[in-house]
Amino acid sequence: MASLFETLWQAHEIRPGLVAIDRIMLHERTGAAALRSLAAAGRTVATPAHVFVVMDHIVDTRPGRDDQTLMPGGQAFIAETRAAAKAFGLTLFDVTDAEQGITHVISPELGIVLPGLTLVAPDSHTGTQGAFGALAWGIGSSEAEHALATGTLRVAKPGAMRVTVSGRLRPGVTAKDLALHLIATHGARGGEGMAVEFAGEGVTALDMEGRMTLCNMATEFGAFSALVAPDEVTFAWLEGRRFAPRGELWGQALAAWRGLRSSADAVFDREIAVDAALVAPMISWGTSPQHSVPLTGRVPTAAEAGLAPETHARALAYMGLEPGRPLLGLPIDGAFIGSCTNSRLSDLRRAAAVLRGRRIAPGLGKALVVPGSQRVKREAEAERLDRVFRDAGFEWRESGCSLCFFAGGESFGAGERVVSSTNRNFESRQGPGTRTHITSPEVVAASAVAGRIAAPWELG
Amino acid sequence: MPEPFRRLTAPALPFWADNIDTDVIIPSREMKGTGKTGLAAGLFANRRYRNPETREEDPDFPLNRPEYRAARIWLAGANVGCGSSREHAAWALAEHGFRAVIAPSFNPIFFGNCVRNGIVPVVLPREVVEGLGSPVTVDLEAMTVTGADGRAHPFTLPAEARAMLMEGLDPIALTLKDADAIAAWQAADRERRPWAWLAPQPNISKRTSGGPRRG
Repeated sequence: MASLFETLWQAHEIRPGLVAIDRIMLHERTGAAALRSLAAAGRTVATPAHVFVVMDHIVDTRPGRDDQTLMPGGQAFIAETRAAAKAFGLTLFDVTDAEQGITHVISPELGIVLPGLTLVAPDSHTGTQGAFGALAWGIGSSEAEHALATGTLRVAKPGAMRVTVSGRLRPGVTAKDLALHLIATHGARGGEGMAVEFAGEGVTALDMEGRMTLCNMATEFGAFSALVAPDEVTFAWLEGRRFAPRGELWGQALAAWRGLRSSADAVFDREIAVDAALVAPMISWGTSPQHSVPLTGRVPTAAEAGLAPETHARALAYMGLEPGRPLLGLPIDGAFIGSCTNSRLSDLRRAAAVLRGRRIAPGLGKALVVPGSQRVKREAEAERLDRVFRDAGFEWRESGCSLCFFAGGESFGAGERVVSSTNRNFESRQGPGTRTHITSPEVVAASAVAGRIAAPWELG
Repeated sequence: MPEPFRRLTAPALPFWADNIDTDVIIPSREMKGTGKTGLAAGLFANRRYRNPETREEDPDFPLNRPEYRAARIWLAGANVGCGSSREHAAWALAEHGFRAVIAPSFNPIFFGNCVRNGIVPVVLPREVVEGLGSPVTVDLEAMTVTGADGRAHPFTLPAEARAMLMEGLDPIALTLKDADAIAAWQAADRERRPWAWLAPQPNISKRTSGGPRRG
């Protein structure tokens, strides 16, 4: 009768427009303001055990880091967030914590997100965590303050949308490519205001990390949130995690979670079908994730891209490109592997597989690998992936959001062309005037070796 | 709490590409402090200034043109405020003096951030937005937007958002009035979903007075 979204919504609706919130996550970039404002109003946190604070956005990622950060004024965000988290009695994953990492990477690692929960964070990529069958969405700092103070949010109900991916992705095609294909086809507004459920064989065949990548990119599709119905893959992934239920409670949870799926006759406000066989490795050419084409494609004309001529012209001028130019072969200046989209162990393994026994092109500037969490970093080092990256000429960093965005500290250079496994290719996102092409980690790795945009299969 | 909003007639800034993201509204680099202030000069910094470091203005950016310098209404494109959830976008707009954004559609986080900061988010069809001209009147009592040609265009807003904007209500205070209903829901939920409730974490003290906890 009901969609998964509808089931989750109804299970949390205290009264129309007031929704119970099971978990709140905060980071030092936008969480500090919420905590400061809450304290200034003399209010307390309703359920401190359900609130988790993470240092990920501003914290430096250079080896041996501490509170020092290249971002001007950055230390104040870290210090204030730490003090407020302690004062309010919240669980904090501090700069040097063994579980520190990007919010949307450590939450699943620690079993903070679980199927059937509502989870919010003042961070637009919170929908990533919907990969576990939780209703997770990004909010503003004032809304975070509201959630902290009341354990609820006043929120307008989004629409329900389903994206059904039939068949399996071809070998060498990743969840990132599926997401970029969807956004390129239906636009950055394609899922506007919708809780988007990803379903079908092309989704259920993905591992949890691929599902997270897909849900992560739903933000760039304009979605309110993203969801994948939990299954045995999800449950196996979560069992034994630090904050996941144990013993008898685990059994009760499993029984509840197995019912979390859209019924066969569920009604959606909008449905999209994707044929997995038609999805190719993708890369962006412009300044919005919707400005993406197959890796073997060319920079489109305004008409081909379905863009207003002035929007198209501005994007091309910024990127230093002209219509008809093949993406493959474009010389690059930098490479970045990381972010809440693609910084998990499987992402690093795939990039390392391309880099093993190879070197990045001479003359390439910054080439960084930033693991999503300290746990990912440890696991990668146990497999000696750090050696592969270092031997290839990449820097191996501490975990955090790093150069996914430029906050005033470290950056790529003006006019530099960078291939990046991140989620946003906005103007000046990775540095003032930096030209970002978003793609999968393996294409970043191959491009770094070639010194130009390249496919893994091109390397000799 | 922001000033209650009833009716405003003001110059309207035409800057309406689709998908204007919050990085455009305020770049991350301009978010220098942990508070909600000191952001107005960073509004649209990458477009407004030829060089954001020196603040050398780009005379072609509409906000730098004499007729729009005092703009308090922004005419934008579809999916305005997409991208980062940073509420700094709404704080910067409000601090600069903006009290309304009129666009064919809004990113939902940005929409909520506007309402909570005294900025009226008005959804109108693209052809209407692009034909409004300047000045524009936004009337929350009549629920109309009137363009330079004197034509009034009705719009809608969720009742609660409208009340928050018109009365300057604090949503947290509003919700805390429902504390009993929330507590009842939670008590029932602990029975229904015991697995969803975490025990208080060890090594965590009750809230003290604001400073870091000792020891």
